[in-house]
Amino acid sequence: MTLKIIVKGKAQGITLVAKNPMNFLGAVDKKTGKVRDEKHDLFGKSLAEKILVFPFGVGSSVGAYTIYSLKSNKCAPQAMICLKADLTTASGCALANIPLVVASKEEYNSIKDGTKILLDAEQGKIL
Amino acid sequence: MDLTKDEEAALKGEQGENLALAYRVLVAIGEATDANRLLPVEWAHLSGINYNTIGDAGEEFLSRLSKDAKFKIKTTLNPMGFDFDTVSKYNLDEEFIEKQNSIKNSYERMGATPSFSCIPYEIFDLPKNGTNVSFAESNAAIYVNSISKLKTNKEGAFSALASALTGKSPFSDLRKDETRVPNLTIRMKVDKKDELAFGLLGYYAGKVAGNSVSISGVKDLDKRSCKSLCAGMGTSGTCGMFTFEDVKGETVDFDKKEMQTIHDELNTADSGDIITLGSPQLGFDEISDLAGMLKGRTFKKRCMVFCPRAIQEQARKFGYAKEIERAGGELLYDCCICLTPLIDKKDVDGVITNSVKGAYYLRTSNGVDVNLKNLNQIVEEETK
Repeated sequence: MTLKIIVKGKAQGITLVAKNPMNFLGAVDKKTGKVRDEKHDLFGKSLAEKILVFPFGVGSSVGAYTIYSLKSNKCAPQAMICLKADLTTASGCALANIPLVVASKEEYNSIKDGTKILLDAEQGKIL
Repeated sequence: MDLTKDEEAALKGEQGENLALAYRVLVAIGEATDANRLLPVEWAHLSGINYNTIGDAGEEFLSRLSKDAKFKIKTTLNPMGFDFDTVSKYNLDEEFIEKQNSIKNSYERMGATPSFSCIPYEIFDLPKNGTNVSFAESNAAIYVNSISKLKTNKEGAFSALASALTGKSPFSDLRKDETRVPNLTIRMKVDKKDELAFGLLGYYAGKVAGNSVSISGVKDLDKRSCKSLCAGMGTSGTCGMFTFEDVKGETVDFDKKEMQTIHDELNTADSGDIITLGSPQLGFDEISDLAGMLKGRTFKKRCMVFCPRAIQEQARKFGYAKEIERAGGELLYDCCICLTPLIDKKDVDGVITNSVKGAYYLRTSNGVDVNLKNLNQIVEEETK
């Protein structure tokens, strides 16, 4: 298990795996936590309470404020797992205090959608 | 990352949630950029001041943060959307004005100097060579790294804000001496070396270079061209500094062909309804040059000239403001071309400017066409 911890914390929840990168500013409704970009593979799904698994974040750095708003509006993911660290997602999770880790390719690919996991972003483990 | 005991305690929330938040941001960015520790910085220059750039989510966040957070080091601010002295003339949305006011108040409550300028290097005294600062405005980061010999990464809004709250920054990238040595040289081959050519060179450099780049074939770069180079570079990529020193490594040419390609990408109109000057905002020398160039001439079109408030006051004292206004120019301060709501595609089809950075943002954010030409040409063609 090799997880790089970007924002510490622990979370338990059901995984929601995205194939596409996330553009938090444009593609996510900050009031509901639903993905509103029709072209995104998570279109119509809610990020709320999930452990969000996605390759990396794209788009404006202001997207970090969107992540903070999701948390304030109680519809944020419980934690996030990425393949690559981008500064927008890192800043946003830090502002909102949402655990964030970067997984190795092998580990990332082994995470299945819709499974219950415990992410320990203190020790760097997925259980 | 290795943190000191104090940093670790602050991260855990022992000094309150605001500092915990700021340290979480520094650690997150540090981990993402492979820093092994934090180091002290003396000055933070923040972006994310204009309501157009941070929106409601940013406004709400800052309003909450500023209830009890205080900046720990000297903190200066980028331009906002307009200046409050003249905003009534522009028929702006009430909501925009109210939200912008809230953002302004939040930053001031936390202790920021209300500079509202993208050229802090021209209006403040600079610390000594080698000092670490945290500058989020890209043209300013590049300028102080390259010309003023300070050290900063091309910070984002959040890393600079976290630096302002803590006085720290991750020790990564351009803060390390080895990263500041360029591994690419761009040979400046264009004969006509005006500010537009340097802006286009900067835009090219930003696309092809890594953290740092060497530029050869340039001597005696004037202020206008130097700022244009910094701003162009900051717009197109991640490159955060340049040097004129010779270095080992790969070499590429910037010649007429490369320049034309970028000019064609950014220049989308043959003319425009209004002229805008000042991205980056004009400094005192540029204002005095402009006043000299406008002697006996009058603009045929509306011309907006952006500068810092402090420069505007000086320009008024020396009579330059009067000369520019006599020629039909409007002096605006606390804001700049980029993302200002004062330029709206409902009223304007095309904008004439000599700024490569301005051209990029006018196209992508304001949605207007741009006619890009140098200042001499603008004065020659657009005044009588």
